[in-house]
Amino acid sequence: MDSSSSVFANIVRAPEDPILGVTVAYNKDSSPNKLNLGVGAYRTEEGKPLVLNVVRRAEQMLVNDNSRVKEYLPIVGLADFNKLSAKLIFGADSPAIQENRVTTVQCLSGTGSLRVGAEFLAKHYHQLTIYIPNPTWGNHTKIFTLAGLSVKTYRYYDPATRGLDFQGLLEDLGAAPSGSIVLLHACAHNPTGVDPTNEQWEQIRQLLRSKGLLPFFDSAYQGFASGNLDADAQSVRMFVADGGECFAAQSYAKNMGLYGERVGALSIVCKTADVASRVESQLKLVIRPMYSNPPIHGASIVATILKDRDMFNEWTVELKAMADRIISMRQQLFDALSAKGTPGDWSHIIKQIGMFTFTGLNTEQVAFMTKEYHIYLTSDGRISMAGLSSKTVPHLAEAIHAAVTRVDTYCAVSTGLVYALQCES
Amino acid sequence: MACRRFVNQQVQIRSGARFMSSWWQSVEPAPKDPILGVTEAFLADPSPEKVNVGVGAYRDDNGKPVVLECVREAERRIAGNLNMEYLPMGGSVKMVEETLKLAYGENSEFIKDKRIAAVQALSGTGACRLFADFQKRFRPDSQIFIPVPTWSNHHNIWRDAQVPQRTYHYYHPESKGLDFAALMDDIKNAPNGSFFLLHACAHNPTGVDPSEEQWREISHQFKAKGHFAFFDMAYQGFASGDPNRDAKSIRIFLQDGHHIGISQSYAKNMGLYGQRVGCLSVLCEDEKQAVAVKSQLQQIARPMYSNPPVHGALIVSTILGDPELKKLWLQEVKVMADRIIGMRTMLRENLEKLGSPLSWKHITDQHTAYCKQIGMFCYSGMTPEQVDRLTKEFHIYMTRNGRISMAGVTTGNVGYLANAINEVTKPA
Repeated sequence: MDSSSSVFANIVRAPEDPILGVTVAYNKDSSPNKLNLGVGAYRTEEGKPLVLNVVRRAEQMLVNDNSRVKEYLPIVGLADFNKLSAKLIFGADSPAIQENRVTTVQCLSGTGSLRVGAEFLAKHYHQLTIYIPNPTWGNHTKIFTLAGLSVKTYRYYDPATRGLDFQGLLEDLGAAPSGSIVLLHACAHNPTGVDPTNEQWEQIRQLLRSKGLLPFFDSAYQGFASGNLDADAQSVRMFVADGGECFAAQSYAKNMGLYGERVGALSIVCKTADVASRVESQLKLVIRPMYSNPPIHGASIVATILKDRDMFNEWTVELKAMADRIISMRQQLFDALSAKGTPGDWSHIIKQIGMFTFTGLNTEQVAFMTKEYHIYLTSDGRISMAGLSSKTVPHLAEAIHAAVTRVDTYCAVSTGLVYALQCES
Repeated sequence: MACRRFVNQQVQIRSGARFMSSWWQSVEPAPKDPILGVTEAFLADPSPEKVNVGVGAYRDDNGKPVVLECVREAERRIAGNLNMEYLPMGGSVKMVEETLKLAYGENSEFIKDKRIAAVQALSGTGACRLFADFQKRFRPDSQIFIPVPTWSNHHNIWRDAQVPQRTYHYYHPESKGLDFAALMDDIKNAPNGSFFLLHACAHNPTGVDPSEEQWREISHQFKAKGHFAFFDMAYQGFASGDPNRDAKSIRIFLQDGHHIGISQSYAKNMGLYGQRVGCLSVLCEDEKQAVAVKSQLQQIARPMYSNPPVHGALIVSTILGDPELKKLWLQEVKVMADRIIGMRTMLRENLEKLGSPLSWKHITDQHTAYCKQIGMFCYSGMTPEQVDRLTKEFHIYMTRNGRISMAGVTTGNVGYLANAINEVTKPA
């Protein structure tokens, strides 16, 4: 028996995560002009990460409170946090909440909420297929697959209009087998920034209910899209108002700037309080063998803010400021490209909503922008508007202009790494 | 029945879903977690005499949870100073570096040679789960051998990772010690190259650890069989009060050339329970392999929670990165371990004074360099029925396997506890 060799000797190195790998590459770049438009983390005008004032205040309160201990939370997490999170997304006056039909469990941000929900579905649901929009956040497929669901897509983004392919969406979901799960981005679709209108949401709701499809909302940007928490939750609330069941995964990573604290919640809206209680007990069995109970720090910050009227108001003001800055960046980028006369219709930049813009640039153009202009974005052409500032908009506009006018054919492709040649037109 | 459900599912377009029955109608209520459910029951009990010796969370002699001074100081330094950006998928590099030193040794050649694939994990549970998922993905034909008994959640973890489980003999009920002969037999009889889960120190729930000599024999036999050793170390520092001593089993295996895996937790020894801070490490042949393995561990973390929580990791790296704070931490760990050792002595003395006909030597007996039982837990040997009586008649809460969390014992309640145990265990 050769005990000097490892049982894992044959393991090959995994490829970089397509989104988080962008920041890895950015960090390695020594250019002073480099710009990180990859991961969706908010930056100030000065390009700095932002900790909200209200969050700092909440943290100080927690640190100064010597009566606080670091005990295990219950498996389902901090009770206050759970109740307040449900109110935030469903509305304080939601009948589902008042009737105790909602079970909410604290999870590790959006990722964790989706995973726990998916694992529960894989165990207890009868139709193990989930339909996800095309395109969607890069991590969705892996989350659902590893949980044991099979993943199909429905048409969503229309490259021709850079808007919603509503007909395609209705057709594909209309053809889904009854009972299938449908992933819906509550607002500020990632990566496209394209959202249905309220009228379209109502049609989607009617379709899903008539076909008996189960809605699973991913709400990672409540408050970030329009700047208004209630407006950004309208889609979800529509589906609760009709008395039906649904899942909702919430994240506080962006809207409270709590990224690394991993704060989120999974809510399951059930037909009755009794069902909700049984469902909660089963959720615990999913969580316990994964990490036993969730981390306390971030959830305590959120609960502190949400339960205090002044702090809540302060939060809404800071949230709106972030949303407004992003809207302003959209306008500035659009204006810069218009001024340059960059070929193409760039109005989608101001029509799309939320943190991301789906530029429509292809992988060669993206690689070109990275190589020649040190601009880092995901290869699907998604840029995080939150990473832009008034100072850097001109640099980006120049890069887009160059990419569009100089890189328009498929050039050399080599084992997954795309080299863009400057194909002079 | 089916017909009615079908009719209920006819939906009126206008109102949407009002007449649909629940998708979850057939969901059964899950049984309470055997460990965490105990605290829930304890909290619900209004009796002023109630005692919680269930979950393994440290209490001071007043029965109060403790936040270590070094932790409070670290938090004061952190609060308001740093941003909350995402950690990398593998977690805080600094925290992981310091954590590896604790397990592998301050000057470990393996750390210098970068042979250890390591990622921050969600405390011990998270580290075990990452490893179990990793084992399933890359050694799909393997099983895990788990000691009898073990922390109940171990079974849940490897089950949810879909790794088949086998058991090996460990606890010897008659002597309330280690069933060493049977343990060695099981190691010998397991197929070559089997994966074994070992508790590095302070076995949970029994408190029974192999002696140093026994560990050497286990390691030797593992070599002969080519077995993989996965250590769950949740109590480093808590068993003897000395972290290096508590890592002895791991150091023996490393000396003998094994490529091991380790789950480490700061829940107990830094009192960071709810922060969920831990680390999973896998010792590889070389740096290249370590890089590959780490990248694959990250691939498992990404669809589970993307990246681990930053706050607890910051506390750990602040403390371990500052010599003064680290010194303070080591002192505070020793205080906790000493209090527990003291409570073991008191419990045993109380039981013997009551004239209990049973033997309670196992609570404290010295046996070579180790207590016969050590760490936070004492396996009392009580039956589930006796435990139920303790709860019903005396409002004493513990897990039904008779495991007593010594951390919940105080000078204030040890007499009451001893009396109750004596009452339910004395011959009828």
